[in-house]
Amino acid sequence: MPDDVPTGAPLVETGVPLLEARGLVKHYRSGGLPLGGRRRATVKAVDGVDLTLRRGSTLGLVGESGCGKSTLTRLLMALDRPTSGTVLVEGRDLLALPSAELRRRRRDIQLVMQDPYTSLDPRMTALEIVREPLDIHRDLMPKKERASWAHELLHMVGLDPGHAHRHPHQFSGGQRQRLGIARALALRPKILVCDEPVSALDVSVQAQVINLFKELQREFGLSYVFIAHDLAVVRHVADEVAVMYLGRIVEHGDRDTVYSRPAHPYTRALLSAVPDPDPRGRGATGRIVLQGDPPSPTRPPTGCAFHTRCWKSEEICVDQQPVPTPESAVGRRQVSCHFPEN
Amino acid sequence: MDHTTNHTTAKAPLNDPLDAPLLDVQDLTVDVLSRSGAAQRVVHGVSFTLHEEETLALIGESGSGKSISAMAVMGLLPATTARVGGSARHRGTDLLTLPEDQFRALRGRRIAMVFQDALSALNPTLTVGFQIAETIRAHEGVGRREARARAVELMARVRIPDPALRYRDHPHQFSGGMRQRIMIAMAVALSPDVLIADEPTTALDVTVQAQIMELLAELREETGSALLLITHDLGLAAGTADRVAIMYAGRILEQAPVQELYDRPAHPYTRGLLAAVPRLAGDTDDLTPIPGTPPGPGLLPAGCAFHPRCPDVGERCATQEPMLLPALPDPPARLVACHYPLEVSGAR
Repeated sequence: MPDDVPTGAPLVETGVPLLEARGLVKHYRSGGLPLGGRRRATVKAVDGVDLTLRRGSTLGLVGESGCGKSTLTRLLMALDRPTSGTVLVEGRDLLALPSAELRRRRRDIQLVMQDPYTSLDPRMTALEIVREPLDIHRDLMPKKERASWAHELLHMVGLDPGHAHRHPHQFSGGQRQRLGIARALALRPKILVCDEPVSALDVSVQAQVINLFKELQREFGLSYVFIAHDLAVVRHVADEVAVMYLGRIVEHGDRDTVYSRPAHPYTRALLSAVPDPDPRGRGATGRIVLQGDPPSPTRPPTGCAFHTRCWKSEEICVDQQPVPTPESAVGRRQVSCHFPEN
Repeated sequence: MDHTTNHTTAKAPLNDPLDAPLLDVQDLTVDVLSRSGAAQRVVHGVSFTLHEEETLALIGESGSGKSISAMAVMGLLPATTARVGGSARHRGTDLLTLPEDQFRALRGRRIAMVFQDALSALNPTLTVGFQIAETIRAHEGVGRREARARAVELMARVRIPDPALRYRDHPHQFSGGMRQRIMIAMAVALSPDVLIADEPTTALDVTVQAQIMELLAELREETGSALLLITHDLGLAAGTADRVAIMYAGRILEQAPVQELYDRPAHPYTRGLLAAVPRLAGDTDDLTPIPGTPPGPGLLPAGCAFHPRCPDVGERCATQEPMLLPALPDPPARLVACHYPLEVSGAR
């Protein structure tokens, strides 16, 4: 297997990475009732995440609901302050910057949201929506150039500039998502964080938007953090994949390694649960159906958080939290498991 | 319907119910009525047949009319907001002309539905156990105690841990997957011979989806009920269905046995969908999308509804609507509504 030999760049980039998360932790206090009727609980939404995004590449982040994907998004965008750990954009900790500088730095990292129906102001026209970031970050571009740049952005994402004065409801779902992408690109960011950007779209239109992401990346050298629950979608966009379970990354590696030889039992189960759009795959052997639901992040299991649903679980899994394997041990990937595959 | 005194024959229509298909929907139309009384057609003459113990998947993107067709068949569209035409015969009995009290007796007992969103389909103020038991009592007139025992048994059958304890819990105390199990328990409570599942796993995570589909398959093996699966997911249908009907803009464009449809799509739209879907195997080059977007109900193009997006559009497509007709290579099992169906040579 060629992926036994580490080729290409290592997972940890040498030099200053574009985006890096170090030991990221975010705990929320919750569950309390106003009159103290119930004990307050701590939700460990993100519980020790290390990530690196390489320039011009796409990091796919997959996991089921409640695994902490969205909290991680907020932390990466510096929208929330982590309980501990840091997020570095080109080596700088955004939250340690003075506010004027933070404002400027934020332009480098922009967000594409999931729902193209609720994330666009219904009273604004397409042109106004795309132009708004420039009217907020006024020092970036003189006023008289903004409209023409907004038109160009609409063209770039494949919208008819003749529709610039339409309102969001006059666009289809796919066109609205293009509008959301144009808005995210307005400040010429280096990084787009895309939170489930195609999951609200129908398959015929979803493919258009996936291709648009890839075109924009090729053209402008953008880097993406692409968050999705759909593993087939992520396979088509990501260079590297990180699999989250209950606030932690359980497996992280280059796409082909993770998809062709998943090492963590959870990754295997996830991949095995994706319905194959080919009836021939029906009844294939080796299909894994996990029992039970993911545990609540307020009461995560001891040891390895996955042990309650894992068929390989032994005593050590209940007692000890596995540490990520060194990257070289199992190809170009890291896995946090006491009994990884291959 | 012929009214005889004998209870068993009173249910039977004039023709022999054993010869009649389990569920036979012919030329179903749905017009959605606006407050001003204006009608908008959203289902344009949909026909399909569901046979005993079979699974038919109705695949379509949002707005294709798949869910509203199912709601129409189940008699769940209020007469004030929708007008339903055509027929939907269950063992020969037309559900669409059945008086409401008779329909009510049949719904749940012979045909049951699993909805997408269990949280809004269940009553939040009642315990789940009560809701399951109520279904049984309403149809079978058994006592409270017996209904309760059967509800607990059903909860165990859909693998709810500690069913006797959880009988008293309310819907919000269950996870999404567990709630969907409760819905399934209610649907199979009276051993219906037709189950209609409308996007039963769309709101669920992929590992939980796999559990629910496995559970549905097991229960159907036990009860022998047929399944009408309504989904947008080509993968889910591929793994479950015997036959597939592809819907677009309120019409069926193609219908075929599952393997034939996925291997040799004859309609350009079916082929387009299969080329656009991301997969876990094969190359990761750019996907092949279908250009454009599906038409809204008020903006239907003339002729074939798909023609503005079709790569193989011909001269008749813009003027003449194609009928759903038997097509090569496997008539009569394959039906296609296209003037220029694809050469089905076996290559995908």
